[in-house]
Amino acid sequence: MDLLYKIFLDPFVQMGAAPDLLLQTLWEGLVGGVLYALIALGFVLIFKASGVFNFAQGIMVVFAGLTLVGLFGVISGLGNVNEHVAAFAALGLTVGVMFVLAVGIERLVLRPLVNQPDIILFMATFGLTYVLIGVGELIFGGEPKVMITGELFLPRGSTDWEVFGGFVSFQHIDLAAAIIASLMVAGLAVFFSKTRIGRALRAVADSHKAALSVGISLEQIWVIVWFASGLVALVTGIMWAARSDVSFALQIIALRALPVLILGGFTSIPGAIVGGLIIGVGEKLGEFYWGPLLGGGIESWLAYFIALVFLLFRPQGLFGEKIIERV
Amino acid sequence: MSAKRRPPGEVLLKVENISLSFGGVRALSDISFEIRRHEVFSIIGPNGAGKSSMLNCINGFYHPQGGSITYKGRTRRQMRPHEVASQGIARTFQNIALFRGMSTLDNIMTGRSLKMRAGLLAQAIRFGPALKEELEHREFCERIIDFLEIESIRKVPVGRLPYGLQKRVELGRALAAEPELLLLDEPMAGMNLEEKRDMCRFILDVNDEFGTTICMIEHDMGVVMDISDRVVVLDYGRKIGEGQPEEVRSNQAVIDAYLGVQH
Repeated sequence: MDLLYKIFLDPFVQMGAAPDLLLQTLWEGLVGGVLYALIALGFVLIFKASGVFNFAQGIMVVFAGLTLVGLFGVISGLGNVNEHVAAFAALGLTVGVMFVLAVGIERLVLRPLVNQPDIILFMATFGLTYVLIGVGELIFGGEPKVMITGELFLPRGSTDWEVFGGFVSFQHIDLAAAIIASLMVAGLAVFFSKTRIGRALRAVADSHKAALSVGISLEQIWVIVWFASGLVALVTGIMWAARSDVSFALQIIALRALPVLILGGFTSIPGAIVGGLIIGVGEKLGEFYWGPLLGGGIESWLAYFIALVFLLFRPQGLFGEKIIERV
Repeated sequence: MSAKRRPPGEVLLKVENISLSFGGVRALSDISFEIRRHEVFSIIGPNGAGKSSMLNCINGFYHPQGGSITYKGRTRRQMRPHEVASQGIARTFQNIALFRGMSTLDNIMTGRSLKMRAGLLAQAIRFGPALKEELEHREFCERIIDFLEIESIRKVPVGRLPYGLQKRVELGRALAAEPELLLLDEPMAGMNLEEKRDMCRFILDVNDEFGTTICMIEHDMGVVMDISDRVVVLDYGRKIGEGQPEEVRSNQAVIDAYLGVQH
């Protein structure tokens, strides 16, 4: 009886008793969720266009972050360059690097594997991951780097909001992350639903041979989606690293995106966002209110648990396409 | 029904000594034929004769090991699919290959991919010229929809349409590219008599109104003999007959192939 009370009632009593704490937890969950959504978005773009789960998305986040910091170091070492100018020059160059990376991946990894089973492409992204780790360590060294947030005009500090007789604290960088992420998602959504390229992308996702027959170039579409997910990786890298720093450990967030994708569906951009937010909020609420029952530390596996339960009821995810094969 | 339409013009596509094999299986050996402008040209033959393989070679999906293909005066050893499309060859598939999640209209719009010129950025922000271009293409696609009498399913995701209508949408997508050469792989397979009659009418109208050259694979001999100007017959990857429908009909090798005489 006591256990049932602790599971089903006590957490809600606590929430009611300290609404400011609840708000704070929700906010932190949402912020974490935005970052999850960003990572998941990178996966969804590539999965939609090529049917491949891109394991390398995590390392692309790290690689983008390191490139940005590294280039900034080089540019500011050139002499008396204004730090903001240097930061934005580095940002522009990093975008260029991500484009070159996308072209390189298409040429060297994807094109030779056209018409191979999806599992082969999936394994190729594993290979890509370790190549990028190796190259990254070679160029930038293995130690963590500090993200150049101030130089990019990203705000620091926090605002406290007095409410329910307590305080809810908002980190400015989190607010900025939420705004930038929303803008980027909106931009991508419009681009992919309203333009010829978007239509071509959906066409490629549906049928390679039909897409080829109407003159859509698979090569071009792949470069575009890998570049787009490279940009997403760059933004994710900046935002995530702004809260800690850039290190190779960050690549593990690729795996954190998996439950988000299961929840949202592998093919849906809105799914990635909603899934990310649900997982982010679910993790924080679970950790804070139910965690103590299990001795804490449940945040690291709760998301996978939620995803597994979810799979039982909606294998295609919240927004994924239900695939019915005629037999 | 087969009244002479536009007189056949110069050679549009010339296939010479094409050979194709998959491992040890010889799908095509030494096939040659010509397709002239404005013709309705049919490839027939029993199952497994290599008809679809032939179409796939023309379209660039398969790369023949021997022979060459001359299209509009340019000879190539191999064709590449999206280049072929930009050269004015469109096709449909035996097992429909539509974009199932997209609406009829969007499917047909993809057929115009190559006609769109606006830059990426302009498209992204749907800026002036890009918007105007999009509207013009939209109008063209609406005309195709009218022509194929599929107005009522414009917004329906094609995955939900019955088979006969899907075939029609696929034809629409191919037409959207304003092709000079239209490859049709069994356009009437699995259709009932009425649907077949409609499809025949569309094919002849396309040929008639736009002068589109048509190369089709079809099993329904009645249809083939009625609407084709010329027919080539394949069997076990070899060409066993070619000519006008009445010549082919009386060709002994063709009769044997269809009736299954021991070789």
